[in-house]
Amino acid sequence: MMRPVYVRGVGIHSFGRFPDASVTTLGCHAVRAALDDAGPSARNFQAAFCGTVYSGVAAGHKVLTALGLAGVPIVNVEAGCASGGAALALGAAQVASGQYDDVLVFGMEKMPRGIIRSSFFEPWREEAGLAATPAYFALRAQRLMLESDVRVEDLARVSEQNHRHGVANPHAMYRKALSLDAILASPLVCEPLRLLMLCSPNEGAAAVVLSARPSPVRVLAAALRSHRAGSVLGEHTPLAGIADETISAPTEMAARDAYETAGVGPADVDVVELQDTDSGRAILSAEELGLCPKHGGGAWIRDGGGAMTSRQPVNPSGGLLSKGEPLGASGLGQIVELTWQLRGSAGDRQVPDAKLALAHTVGRGANACVVILGR
Amino acid sequence: MPDPRPITPGLFRDDGARPRLLTGRCPGCSRRHFPSAPVCPYCGADGCVETPAGPHGRLRLYTAVLSAPPGYRGPVPYGFGVVELDDGLRVITRLTEARLDRLRPGLSVRLVLEPLFTDDEGRAVISYAFAPAE
Repeated sequence: MMRPVYVRGVGIHSFGRFPDASVTTLGCHAVRAALDDAGPSARNFQAAFCGTVYSGVAAGHKVLTALGLAGVPIVNVEAGCASGGAALALGAAQVASGQYDDVLVFGMEKMPRGIIRSSFFEPWREEAGLAATPAYFALRAQRLMLESDVRVEDLARVSEQNHRHGVANPHAMYRKALSLDAILASPLVCEPLRLLMLCSPNEGAAAVVLSARPSPVRVLAAALRSHRAGSVLGEHTPLAGIADETISAPTEMAARDAYETAGVGPADVDVVELQDTDSGRAILSAEELGLCPKHGGGAWIRDGGGAMTSRQPVNPSGGLLSKGEPLGASGLGQIVELTWQLRGSAGDRQVPDAKLALAHTVGRGANACVVILGR
Repeated sequence: MPDPRPITPGLFRDDGARPRLLTGRCPGCSRRHFPSAPVCPYCGADGCVETPAGPHGRLRLYTAVLSAPPGYRGPVPYGFGVVELDDGLRVITRLTEARLDRLRPGLSVRLVLEPLFTDDEGRAVISYAFAPAE
């Protein structure tokens, strides 16, 4: 018999660039905030999972040692852009199974600037020019545009909407509304993607205390899936759906699992935080999560789908396009935001009467994680 | 001049006028993959057979990379895309053409093996790319 899992406390270190702070400092800030939010006895958590990609050996241990909280089992979790979501899925399973009553989950990152270098690619692939990450995003966006009526203006609309939302988020890196013209006129990175259609790798941390003790926000599902073999192993693409169209996208698989576990469907969700590494990815995420029909993403964004005024706001935080993407922290940053939304404490960006929320990350591996929260 | 070398062994072979990519074919599920590997990435079967493929194909997806990504040692800009070989296998590849108005979905392309850069020992490093055939 699995037990219900609750979100007992959340905390965040704003996403941005912090040249004077180590990744350990960022992690400590978020963990402290989450423990403060959860209440004094939360310091007695019995295990910790730390999502991070670039922080090196035993990164989570360094944070908890600095806070005088080490001694419990600490596991560092790497699953590309889905690292934070993966850490949450592991922690939730420990509470649900009855192994532990309180588990700390946190994620943190200090990303290098520019195109992210990754040991995912063998050296010869880097030398051959096959490690150009934005070019993979561009090819996937081009496939989306060839198969549906998505146009470059629709890609700009996604960025415009996310940046409009991000203005109200004090934890975002970019808090400025952008016009469609400004987005379309920004420097070309890889056709069809312009600079302002891509998120920035950056720095930040987020933390969540999961508990068997009842709290207002409950974890209804936390599903993690990897890409079926083929494209990843055979062609070494960092993303699904570029060369091989016969394999289900990992987001579709994780979403199916999560909806089934939670006993809800996409139409039931009141507020969504989804992966918007680039504007094309945001539209694909919406389609793969079932927020709009497959090949209906263009019409969805043109009709104001996902806007704060819509039936189902997407990325009230401003998304990664506004916040930037600290890999290990991004998925848990979504959980922090959605917990605030469900508690009704999201301030100027509150989605009215939000009862059911969905968080989604997908990235290199390929990995996808879908978390459903309810109150 | 020292002899040229392939960027990594086992990717391609040069039969004079007819360069080939070395793909793998699974004895179990018959699916193809590139580069060739002993274990099928689709079904896990052992004993995949190295199978030469190309040089002809059709362009499916393409973009241009304008600035050098990490570790890249060749010229910029360069084309980047997905090519479907005549036998149906799709490969991610560099394209010799970076001017997007010269590329379109379905364009007939052919495999070329060409020096991409000179390594630290002064050897020309040969890599594969696809070039417009029309």
